[in-house]
Amino acid sequence: MTSSPPLHVWSAILFVATLAVMGEVMIAAGMRQLGDLDELRSSRGLGGTIAAVLTNARFVLGALCMALNFFSMLFALSIANLSLAGPAIAALTYVGNAVAAKFFLREHVDRRRWLATLCVVLGVILLSR
Amino acid sequence: MKHALRPSQYAILLGVMLSASIGDSFLKRGMEQIGAVNLHHLGLLWHALFNPYVDIGIVLLIGFFSLYTTALSWADLTFVMPATAFGYVVIALMGRFWMHEHLSLWRWMGIVLIVTAVGFVAGGPSRTEHPKLDQMDAGAGR
Repeated sequence: MTSSPPLHVWSAILFVATLAVMGEVMIAAGMRQLGDLDELRSSRGLGGTIAAVLTNARFVLGALCMALNFFSMLFALSIANLSLAGPAIAALTYVGNAVAAKFFLREHVDRRRWLATLCVVLGVILLSR
Repeated sequence: MKHALRPSQYAILLGVMLSASIGDSFLKRGMEQIGAVNLHHLGLLWHALFNPYVDIGIVLLIGFFSLYTTALSWADLTFVMPATAFGYVVIALMGRFWMHEHLSLWRWMGIVLIVTAVGFVAGGPSRTEHPKLDQMDAGAGR
């Protein structure tokens, strides 16, 4: 299981995390585009809201990335130990999401949010020990 | 910036935390009953679909995804992520009290750090407002 070269293992981990970040950012962008779903539901009804979400190109692209992320995760777990891949992917995804949200979603990532992200990353690493 | 969430929005964040962690725990309990799946026993995955624990886990994870996307419709990704990371704590506590797993000192420290992270973001604004971008998005998306 751990006989794969470290370069292969870390490439797979980085690939999985990148897909997760792309998926989450695209889904977040899609949801921002649609606006508050509660308000949308009150104007279009539940069916109209579901249709609006499922026909949003950003959401669909994000969901596709998340599906690819699931299968690439299975591949990563076949060449890397769960105790390494799990926390590494979660930590990279949290940091990557914060950076991508700042630059692509133009979110205001202040010191409070960076600290929160850092705490979650360290917390996830400690939980996996 | 919006500083306050409605009670229903707090309920959605709570739902995100609980549905993911409880769903994962149900999947784990179900897969323990099914046994180890490998390339020579892929049929077990089909068998797993008829396990009630796995079924409940799948329903909860579908619920998680719909609640998560709803939260992203009114809050920033960098707000929702740490706020819902409390789910890791729920998983650890369920492992301790439901699966009777051992929680080391390191894991308790991890729990404290994640709770701290939730405290950091919970006191801040949930959404970065971009009136111009939002107007353009609304025009393109509806």
